[in-house]
Amino acid sequence: MEIEQTALPGIGLKHEFTTRSGRRVGVISHRTGRRDLIIYDVSDPDRACESVKLNDEEADALVELLGAPRIVQRLNDLHREVEGLVSLQLAIADGSPYAGRPMGDARVRTRTGASIVAIVRGAQVIASPTPDFTLAGDDVVVVVGSPESTSAVAEILAHG
Amino acid sequence: MHTAILFLELGGVLLGLGVLGALALRVGISPIPLYLLAGLAFGQGGILPLATSEEFIAVGAELGVILLLLTLGLEYNADELVSSLRSNARGGIVDLVLNAAPGAIAALLLGWGPVAAVAMAGVTYATSSGITAKVLSDLGWIGNRETPVVLSLLVFEDLTMALYLPILTALLAGLTLLSGAVTVAIALATVSVVLLVALRFGRFIEAFVASPNSEVLLLKVVGLALLVAGLAQQLQVSAAVGAFLVGIALSGELAEDARALLSPLRDLFAAVFFVFFGLQTDPGAIPPVAALAAGLALISMITKLLTGAYAARRAGIGKAGRARAGIALIPRGEFNIVIAGLAVGAGVHPDLGPLAATYVLILAAFGPLAARLMQPLITSIAKRA
Repeated sequence: MEIEQTALPGIGLKHEFTTRSGRRVGVISHRTGRRDLIIYDVSDPDRACESVKLNDEEADALVELLGAPRIVQRLNDLHREVEGLVSLQLAIADGSPYAGRPMGDARVRTRTGASIVAIVRGAQVIASPTPDFTLAGDDVVVVVGSPESTSAVAEILAHG
Repeated sequence: MHTAILFLELGGVLLGLGVLGALALRVGISPIPLYLLAGLAFGQGGILPLATSEEFIAVGAELGVILLLLTLGLEYNADELVSSLRSNARGGIVDLVLNAAPGAIAALLLGWGPVAAVAMAGVTYATSSGITAKVLSDLGWIGNRETPVVLSLLVFEDLTMALYLPILTALLAGLTLLSGAVTVAIALATVSVVLLVALRFGRFIEAFVASPNSEVLLLKVVGLALLVAGLAQQLQVSAAVGAFLVGIALSGELAEDARALLSPLRDLFAAVFFVFFGLQTDPGAIPPVAALAAGLALISMITKLLTGAYAARRAGIGKAGRARAGIALIPRGEFNIVIAGLAVGAGVHPDLGPLAATYVLILAAFGPLAARLMQPLITSIAKRA
């Protein structure tokens, strides 16, 4: 899939792409922070027939709606593709030694070989968190690895 | 007593403009033609000639031009100018040739002389970036694929203005060929130096101007713009271009903040500027040139349509999009009046002011209207094709 980027002098930036079904979709990022979701006309592909104004909060909400289920779906796909690979969703208890500490402190990959691929915090999904990401109680950590290594991670997160 | 009358007149004019602006908003046209009409009514030979405030309005109008160009410069940064110059030079040159020609040829045919021809070339050439930007956003055309083409043509035009205005200023000063050439050379050198400084050292200027306090920022930006404008005028480079270049040198968040601070000020003084141009024009001089202005407007509408179609076709846009690109370019407005104002101030030809005023009246009013009216037609073309 190719995303085309165009500068709009005095306004901002436009990104657009064509879906497999032939529809053209774009996003205009105004310098003021406003976002416009653009859908192009089928009969006149140069014309934006729908333009939806989004403020910061609405744009974030749309990203989450489109993004979060995709991550879960991608994980499920991963399972089907690789035999022997499991993913676990591990809740961080308030008493966990890592609550309030950077994720890197647990050295999960070095010690077990499993990887933390995402963290779910409330309605938010943080994909590919960096080692300096600070864990908190009630976070759900998504780990991918062999059955042994992922249960080792559960042990580490619960008891250190 | 004098102050009382001054306030009464100014207050009346501004309040009147506010009411006219509200009317324009309701009808969905640009307020510029209405401001011009108001100026005609208040000027000599008008319905309600002003007695004491004309001097203040004259200075306000000069400030209006500076602020118009400063905020225009703030819209762009130097990188955008250079990259759009590179990628759209072809379309920009077609735009220049096709649209400067009607004005220049008309002036020559009328026997107004070469200086008037240069001024009239500018009057028919420049699309109003202010009105066009508004048309694009009002009709929801910003997301359209021909819009980047339109915008980059506007950028090209504005940059051309930075070279054109100094040349016009030198010509209008009535300099001899030699000293005229020297002035133009100085002008071009200044513009290139300032552009280079803006490109390379813009951040130093920004570091100097930047302030978390909006009051300080406003004073610094306006002060700097006026200083450079005055300096430019001293060098015969045209004050407006000086202000434009200051705007370009500032970019990023700073430019964003400055624009937000300046826009109410600009709206006030730009309105005064349009009124002032109307004031200088005798309404009685309009009927003799009205037919000529209408003809010129018609021809330059066609040349803008051709320009838009050419540039959009080069960018691989379909038929309907090409038509929209042309229509978006039709409106004329602030720049054309700035150019005509310079020529009128230098006393080039008595008919030039009324002609330019009528011409802009027609195209500033009709441009946005044309876009609105043509929209369904274009859509039906696209559906059939």
